[in-house]
Amino acid sequence: MTTVTNGVNVQALLDAREVLKGAPEAAQFTWRASAKWQSGVHSTIKVQSFFGLGEEQSHKEEWSFEADHPEVFAAEDNGITPIEYLIVGLASCLTGGIASVAENRGIQLRSVESVVEGGHDIRGILGADSDVRNGFNDIKVTFTIDADASREEIQALVAQSQKRSAVYDALTNPTNVIVEVA
Amino acid sequence: MGVQAIERIPTVVIGAGHAGLAASYFLSGQSIDHVVLERGEVANSWRRERWDSLRLLTPNWQSRLPGLHYEGPDPDGYMTVGEVTEFIEHFAKVSRAPVRTGVNVTSVRTADDGYHLTTSHGEIHSRTVVIASGACNQPAVPLLSEAVPTSVEQLTPFGYRDPAQLAEGGVLVVGASATGVQLAAELRRSGRPVTLSVGEHVRLPRTYRGRDVLWWMDASGVWNQRYDEVEDLTRARRLPSPQLVGTPERTTLDLNALASMGVELMGRWSAVRDGQALLSGGLRNVLSLADLKMVRLLDTFDEWAKTSGAEAEVGASERFAPTRVPSSTRLQLDLRSGEIRTIVWATGFRPDYRWLDVPVVDAKGHLRHEGGVVDSPGLYALGLPVLRRRKSSFIYGIEDDAREVIDRLTRYLGFSAVGR
Repeated sequence: MTTVTNGVNVQALLDAREVLKGAPEAAQFTWRASAKWQSGVHSTIKVQSFFGLGEEQSHKEEWSFEADHPEVFAAEDNGITPIEYLIVGLASCLTGGIASVAENRGIQLRSVESVVEGGHDIRGILGADSDVRNGFNDIKVTFTIDADASREEIQALVAQSQKRSAVYDALTNPTNVIVEVA
Repeated sequence: MGVQAIERIPTVVIGAGHAGLAASYFLSGQSIDHVVLERGEVANSWRRERWDSLRLLTPNWQSRLPGLHYEGPDPDGYMTVGEVTEFIEHFAKVSRAPVRTGVNVTSVRTADDGYHLTTSHGEIHSRTVVIASGACNQPAVPLLSEAVPTSVEQLTPFGYRDPAQLAEGGVLVVGASATGVQLAAELRRSGRPVTLSVGEHVRLPRTYRGRDVLWWMDASGVWNQRYDEVEDLTRARRLPSPQLVGTPERTTLDLNALASMGVELMGRWSAVRDGQALLSGGLRNVLSLADLKMVRLLDTFDEWAKTSGAEAEVGASERFAPTRVPSSTRLQLDLRSGEIRTIVWATGFRPDYRWLDVPVVDAKGHLRHEGGVVDSPGLYALGLPVLRRRKSSFIYGIEDDAREVIDRLTRYLGFSAVGR
């Protein structure tokens, strides 16, 4: 068997799976983002700390994201639109999943590219039609993958990455969301 | 405190279904003194916990118990519930199983050198116990059922007998295993609008290349794969039953067949909010996973046919149309609108071990065992999914399992006798 190098440390993930099977409390993570309003509809969101494996954790550095709206929304376009962050999350989650599953299945990837399109009727957020929802109507992800594998194997990679994707689950299933004033 | 004497028996088998009776067959073969305790009658769950139209998923020629083969006129047919009951009863009779019916075991706990059983008919001490009480003692209904408005009737497969017992109007069937697809089809044929909530499922054609798909499972060796060779045993053991139905016409009952009958497919039911059922938008992927998995299985069959020389006795290789993805699926269903009058929970079953006062049940309610050897000396199990092989939960699969597990039990009795 040839060695596959997609750069995913699958062994560490499989080991973690075994350990966390018997330690569900350590598997409880809390992800955090802190947002600060700038001006108009522009805000800056910083992400660094999170909680997991029973203690406070931190990314190596603080990451900062700008969110705004484009000029067609009469805004200044200091960053991408909040709903675009959702498709950023989906694309990266599925892509990472494909690499992990491929590594585990011994499939060498050469390139994985995707385009994500989220269909959005903005009459919802504008309050122009109460029958139109605020969020996406549908999302379409199209992968183009070059790998040492059959078409069926590649389809199976993409299917399995959806099955194990946090963002895919968060977008396809409802989540209890609590918003309050401190 | 009772004054009744404690009865001492080397081995007690709990449950007189096909598994417990197969255990008894091999215990008798080893001349091990034993009893089979049965809360109701022989084949009790077949008599009381099945719907009217149900037939076995396995063809008649696979209805086989130790020393007993199907000898009727229709080897390719599928037994009705009544026929299964008779078959198991007949087995109990010819194998002269020492069955005590109407004896409910209320507690099993460890005692010196064995187990102490409390039953509705007295106390028993036994060196070894075989748990053959079944894998499907209670319907597994998700917690979200509690949030369903009271105006909607809820049923499990245990309460369901036939469509006539349901209110006229829409039915939501939850789950697309054998139970879910069979009940969805039957309810749709009764004229009711039927919606099916589909999560992960196992798609299979009824026949492949002219043979029953379960002939292929057996002949190709897939069914014989041992528990210690299965890659993800936990997953294999909780796999939903395949989308199969036993009918004289040997028809395939996959989601395409249901959609053609007018059954509406929706995603997995994930929550209830303000009287609305919220369904997953991930239906497309579970359809795709099941299609891909089926094709891989058929590839395995083809490969086996080629290498085994069976090619000549089967038809040409086939591929089936992918499951049609509905152009749009509903993500919400208003449970208060009257559209849905009844919900049928086809969300699986779980065993009941409330009577088992030995710490061998895991947090998910499953028995901790290694191929039927339970994690407590002298305690054994039979008749659970992938107990020792993929075919373990089928009547057809019990013979090999029972022989091997009783072999282990016999050696245990022998060794512990020597050690005393």
